[in-house]
This record gives sequence, C-alpha cells and structure tokens, in this order.
Amino acid sequence: MAVVEAPPRSAFAMSRRARGRVVAIGSSVALFVVLMLAWQFGLRAFNIPTYLVPVPTKVLERLVQGFNGGTFMMHSAVTLQEIVVGWVVGSALGILLGILIAQYSFIDTMLYPYVVALNALPKVAVAPLLVVWFGQGFVSKIIVTALVAFFPLLVNVTVGLKSSDPEQLELMRSLTASRWQTFTKVQILNALPNIFAGLEIAIVLAVVGAIVAEFVGSEEGIGYYIQLSIALVDPAGMFAMFVILAVISWLLNQLVRQVARRVVFWQRQNVIVESA
Amino acid sequence: MATAAVAEPSRAGPLIEVRALNKRYPAQRGRPVIALEDINFNIGEGEFLTVVGPSGCGKTTLLKVLAGLVPASSGTMLLSGSPIEGPRRDVGIVFQNAVLLPWRNVMQNTMLPVEVQGLDRGKYAARAQGLIEMVGLSGFEDKYPFELSGGMQQRNSIVRALVNDPAVLLMDEPFGALDAMTRESMNVELQRIWMEAKKTVFFITHSIAEAVFLGDRVVVMTPRPGRIAEIYDVDIPRPRTLDVMATPEFVNTVQSIRRHFDAKGHLD
Repeated sequence: MAVVEAPPRSAFAMSRRARGRVVAIGSSVALFVVLMLAWQFGLRAFNIPTYLVPVPTKVLERLVQGFNGGTFMMHSAVTLQEIVVGWVVGSALGILLGILIAQYSFIDTMLYPYVVALNALPKVAVAPLLVVWFGQGFVSKIIVTALVAFFPLLVNVTVGLKSSDPEQLELMRSLTASRWQTFTKVQILNALPNIFAGLEIAIVLAVVGAIVAEFVGSEEGIGYYIQLSIALVDPAGMFAMFVILAVISWLLNQLVRQVARRVVFWQRQNVIVESA
Repeated sequence: MATAAVAEPSRAGPLIEVRALNKRYPAQRGRPVIALEDINFNIGEGEFLTVVGPSGCGKTTLLKVLAGLVPASSGTMLLSGSPIEGPRRDVGIVFQNAVLLPWRNVMQNTMLPVEVQGLDRGKYAARAQGLIEMVGLSGFEDKYPFELSGGMQQRNSIVRALVNDPAVLLMDEPFGALDAMTRESMNVELQRIWMEAKKTVFFITHSIAEAVFLGDRVVVMTPRPGRIAEIYDVDIPRPRTLDVMATPEFVNTVQSIRRHFDAKGHLD
C-alpha cells in the first residue's frame, strides 16, 4: 500500500497568507497612529481640559520621566511580583484541588457546594477584609491575587480531567495500567489544553486582583500610584500606569500562549473553556 | 506453507476455549437485554478466526468479554488454559479507532504497553522497530498521529498491540473507518503481518467479504439475542490475493453466509 503524506501547502498559498498577515499588522499599527493623532488634536479641538484627559505626548513624556527617575520601575516591579506570585500560587492550588476533585468522587461531593458558593462570591469583595487581616504589604496582595486565579484553574482542570476520552481510558485498562499510570500517561495530558486555557483566564484576573488589592490599602505598586495620581490631579501619571498595566497584561498573556503552543503541540483546534 | 500446519487447531489443542458463554445487560425496566446467548467456540493456536454479523449482534460485546473488559454473565472462557477474569497482558487489542495518544509519536505509541507493563525498554525498542518496519511505517517513527493517514494510524495501533508479544490479537472492526480501497489493501497487509508474526487472531467485522478473505474460519452471528448461527471453514490457500474474491469457492462461501441475514431481513 502506498504511504501517503499530507500534501504540503503550496508556496503560493503560504506567501498569500503571510502577505495577508503583514497587511493586518500594518493596519493595526496605522489604526494606533490614527487614534493617537485624533486623541492629541481632538482634545484641543473640543477644548477638553488636560486635568481631565492628558494628551498622548504628555503621557509619553510622563512615562519617560517616571522610568528615568526609577519610581515607575519600582511600582511596576512590585505589582508585577504580586501578579506573578499570586497567579502561580493560585493556579498551582487550583490545579491540585481540581485533580483531587476529578480523581476522588468523595472529595468532589464533599467540597462541591463550597466551591460553587465561593466561586459565586466576587473575590475582590473580600479584598478589604484581607487587607485588614494581613496588612498593607505583599501578603494581602498575594492572597487576593491567588484567590482570583484559583477558580479558573480549579474548574478547567476538573473539566479537562473528567472529559478524558473513554476510548483512551479503555485502552489503558486493556493494558492493565494502574490508576496512577492512566493519570500520568493519559488524563493529565488530555487536560493540558484546559489547564492552559485556565492559566490564560487567570492571568487577566490576577492583574485585576492585584490592582484592586492595592486600591484598598497599599504603600507601593501601580494601584497605589493610580490613587496617588487622583489625589495629586495628575492624569498623565494615571494614564502612564494604564499603559504599563496594558503592557504587563499583554506580555504575560503572550507568554502563556507561546508556552501553550509548544507544550500542547498536538492541539490546534479550540478548547472548550469554562470561565469561572 | 506455514499456515497449513497452523490451520489445524485440534493438533495443539485450542488456545482459546469459550463454553456456554452468556451476557445479559440489566435493562432500566422490563427484562434484561440478552447480548450473547450460549456462545461456544475454540480458537486454535495461530488460527485466524473472523466473526461476521450485522450491527447489534453482540460481536463487539463478545470481543470485550474475551478481552476481559466486560464481565460475562455466565459460562467459561479459557486462554492458554487459564480463565479470563479481567484485562490480561497476553492479549493485544486493536480497536475500531486507532486510539493513538496524540502527544506520542509512532515509536512512543508503540512502546506504550512496554512502559505500562514495566518491560525491558531496550529489548522491546528493538522489537518495536522491527514491527514498525514490518507494517511499512519505517521512516515515520517520529511522526505524530495528526501527521498520519487513517491507514497508517491503524498500522500503528496494530504494532502497539503486537509489541509485547501477546498470545492472541483481538481486532474489533479495525478497518471499518477506512475507505474501501485502503481497506482492501489493509486486508492483504494484515494477512501478510499475521503470516509473519504467527499470531492467533480474533477478528470482528460486518463485511462478509472481509471475513471470508481473512479467516481460516468464519463465525456467523445473528442478532437478538446474539448467537452463533454457523461456523464456516475457508479452505482457500494462503497467501490470498484480492483475486481470490472472484473464485467460485470465495463467492459460494460469501453467498452461504449472506443467506443467514437475508432470511431474517438483515442485509449487510
């Protein structure tokens, strides 16, 4: 029997696709420039006071100034640390508990009502209490961030593990595989796309969690600086923080996506995502 | 030919003995569903036994019971003299779908049983390589399932079933999902693999032609309840080519088998 490989995409099709992508990216950049220009000159045209909305050049100026002085770097580093540590801790705990829930129906039945109830609660609502309990420093921020990152992982890991392909499970059973072997060689790998989907949702929430916790009570960080700039009527400083936050979120999101692409190389289609 | 000696099950005694096998599934309400009723047959060492029947005749249930994946309701099943009570390491299974793990390449999928059963990896890697060559997958050892055609995936699952050298190969309509032309060439291939690997094969299909082409004997099953209607001997010499499908012997056997289903209104 002839062995047939998938036909390679034609060079023409590839170049067309590549060209389309270049055009799309170019348009995106052009849109950015147009928006910035509209913003810059629109404010003047409509006489909007700059203590309400700063012009883009002013924001840029403020960013350069802030990073040169070292203050922006310090505040960004604090918040980035809170986001990443909280995200890692919350995700790890979510994955762990998700595995236990998926593997042991006893734990599932016992904990399920609590998980649902806790998940329904807006996590940021408890941020003030956590700041009272754990102080204005790093710990309360980590706890809030970990708490919001926890549920997307818990839910997605559970779904990923429970939706294991029954045929693969039957194969493992026919090979006399132990429960542990079935878990490590089939189930957890099947759940990987869900785990990465959960990590992606969790990173967005972790940013929100860190900022809200800083709003409630802190002495440093991006959330602290935003509140400070309200008090000082410094809209350019506040917008500079928005820019930094956007860059941080985008970078972390890209990091998760790139890692996912490499780890879950066999998966190209979309994953069903449970948003928590 | 090697198969001439092998086609004589009585000489060495049967490898598999099935006696008075019954399988009932409890129904939600009313009487239980009888999937298999009073099944009796033997499989000789090295024999290629095919089972043919329409959908719902219990042939897949029969395979799962033999594989120890589903418990029998009553009856005895012996493999190499010991009762089948659960999944066994001396049984290899080829499922309807290839069921390859998508994150493993051809070699890694082939080695799965070796890893799970804690066998000597070095020793069995050489055997896996030999089997991969035998089924014509050499050069594809590091390709992943999504890079393989349906026929190649099923070859991969066949070498996976053979790698730990099981006593018997159970095959559940392994080529049912393939197109007709690929399926015919896979049948020729499987015959060659069987003759080289000298394995005992229990092969389920709903294609009468496939059953007659491959089998030393063909077990004909009829549904509701799943029963053995008859067992046919196929004395066409090996290796059989696709041309045998035009010979009177082949055509006559196919027709006799078809009559079982025509009479009851089940056309395959």
